[in-house]
Amino acid sequence: MSVGFKVLSPGPLTTVQDRGRFGYQAYGMPVAGSVDPYAPRLANLLVGNDEDAAVLEMTLRGPELEAAAPGVVAVTGADLGATLNGQPLPAWQAVAVSPGDRIAFGWARSGCRAYLAVAGGIDVPAVMGSRSTYLRGRIGGMEGRALRAGDTLRVGPAAPEAGRCVGLRIPEGWIPRYDAPITLRVVFGPQADHFTRAGLETFLNGRYTVSKDADRMGCRLEGPKIEHARGADIISDGIPPGAVQVPGHGRPIVMLADRPTTGGYPKIATVASVDLHRIAQARPGDRVCFTAVSRAEAVELLRAQEAAFRDLAARLGDPARPPTGRHPVRPEGPDPADSRR
Amino acid sequence: MNGAPRLLPAGERALVVELGDEISPQVNARVLALAAALEAEAIPGVLELIPTYRSLLIHLDPLRVSPEALEERVARLAQGLHELRPPEPTVTVVPVCYGGRFGPDLSFVCQHTGLRPDEVVRLHTGGTYRIYMLGFTPGFPYLGGMDERIATPRLDAPRLRIPAGSVGIAGAQTGIYPIDSPGGWRIIGRTPLRLYDPLRDPPFLLAAGNYVRFRAISPADFDRIAGEVEAGTYPVETATHAGG
Repeated sequence: MSVGFKVLSPGPLTTVQDRGRFGYQAYGMPVAGSVDPYAPRLANLLVGNDEDAAVLEMTLRGPELEAAAPGVVAVTGADLGATLNGQPLPAWQAVAVSPGDRIAFGWARSGCRAYLAVAGGIDVPAVMGSRSTYLRGRIGGMEGRALRAGDTLRVGPAAPEAGRCVGLRIPEGWIPRYDAPITLRVVFGPQADHFTRAGLETFLNGRYTVSKDADRMGCRLEGPKIEHARGADIISDGIPPGAVQVPGHGRPIVMLADRPTTGGYPKIATVASVDLHRIAQARPGDRVCFTAVSRAEAVELLRAQEAAFRDLAARLGDPARPPTGRHPVRPEGPDPADSRR
Repeated sequence: MNGAPRLLPAGERALVVELGDEISPQVNARVLALAAALEAEAIPGVLELIPTYRSLLIHLDPLRVSPEALEERVARLAQGLHELRPPEPTVTVVPVCYGGRFGPDLSFVCQHTGLRPDEVVRLHTGGTYRIYMLGFTPGFPYLGGMDERIATPRLDAPRLRIPAGSVGIAGAQTGIYPIDSPGGWRIIGRTPLRLYDPLRDPPFLLAAGNYVRFRAISPADFDRIAGEVEAGTYPVETATHAGG
């Protein structure tokens, strides 16, 4: 374990995250973890890390870091105009850094969250089995908080093949277009029966926009009110990731990484896992609409995605078998031209 | 409602099993019994179980266990629930210093209920409270069984910060804030216990299906116990709950 980076300036909200803190939801502990499950996974793949390795998640604008040791990094997710010593730092690619190198980020041009992975992973103490930062609970990550100027980030030992990762790139067809309108595939339930027929139609046909109150806990949407059939209270029950809650005001909220484990508002539908990364990258003002899929379809989408990831991991870096060009489930969601609107 | 469980999809990676449509010890006990039965089955692909008042949220990996196959197994387990004996519940005694700087809303509760402070404390400490579930924040217990005579409505506008350990009343419910959080409950006292400590093993003091009793302590006792909690030497009082 060595010091990998010094934080010169932290950016508005940069936290250490891994895939989340599991095993304690029955005790009220939110999962936290990277809001986007897709981009950091690819970043870790590029630098030879396990999928569990902790990364930096940066929101809308990134930090300024100085490398303190030689290493390999990869930046994915929102385009924050990353630079290395003032020159453009290519995203979705593994890049070597040397001591003294400065990595800086500007404002997001599209998307909302960018991820930086480093070979060896960000090394902070695991709390209750995870390095994810749960901000409200002030645990995990860097002392339970966002990064500050003056922090030092330690890095774990890199995988032996990390050096050979330099130059590896994610194929173009796997890189989402964050500026496209967002269509989220959803499975109805568990409380779809708490809404009128008109309410369900509004939900599927409505055009929503992301509110400025969106955060790591939930993406609040503005747009047509969804009509409840029997009031907006339920006996508090569990909230799965991607649940679409509709409180009394009738506007949907897509529940994300820092969501509480339980809640008392009806949930009209749940976003298919393969589309969570799209809503994770939504910025205030972005357009969002919903389209229904069956649970079986959602499972097949997940199955295709996992098979594609395995294939990508096997072929990345093998010049004789380059990875196939495109992510099978269109990382940006269904083609906007296909949507029924 | 005592019929078959309702199985509801929650996306493709979670399943909701509703065992009733009311808040009652009987329905809650069935939820916890189902959770215990599922744990015992140790089905590959069942990742995490979240028991709540009247339903169980099951997190699953649909590439390891099909949601439909899991639904069938759950339906069969639910049929045999009345035969299951849940583990013996325990009662945890939570020492609370009522009023003063620890209970800024005790006087409001008195005003609202027409009771004297010592009467409010007597009624609050007189009950044995069932822990229906934990949620809202890490370690926050949803407690049932509070005496209706001390029910008091919440604050109109929540406080930005309620200190960890605060004991409050909101409507007919009572609860304890394990961490600093915003909240609208009427705060009547504070416990020096740490319901939640991420560095402790186990991190959580309370669990659904068990019980809580409150015991009034003095400010001096509060400070003494707080010191022992800090040092990790305070023996939390737990007993078997008679009567299930």
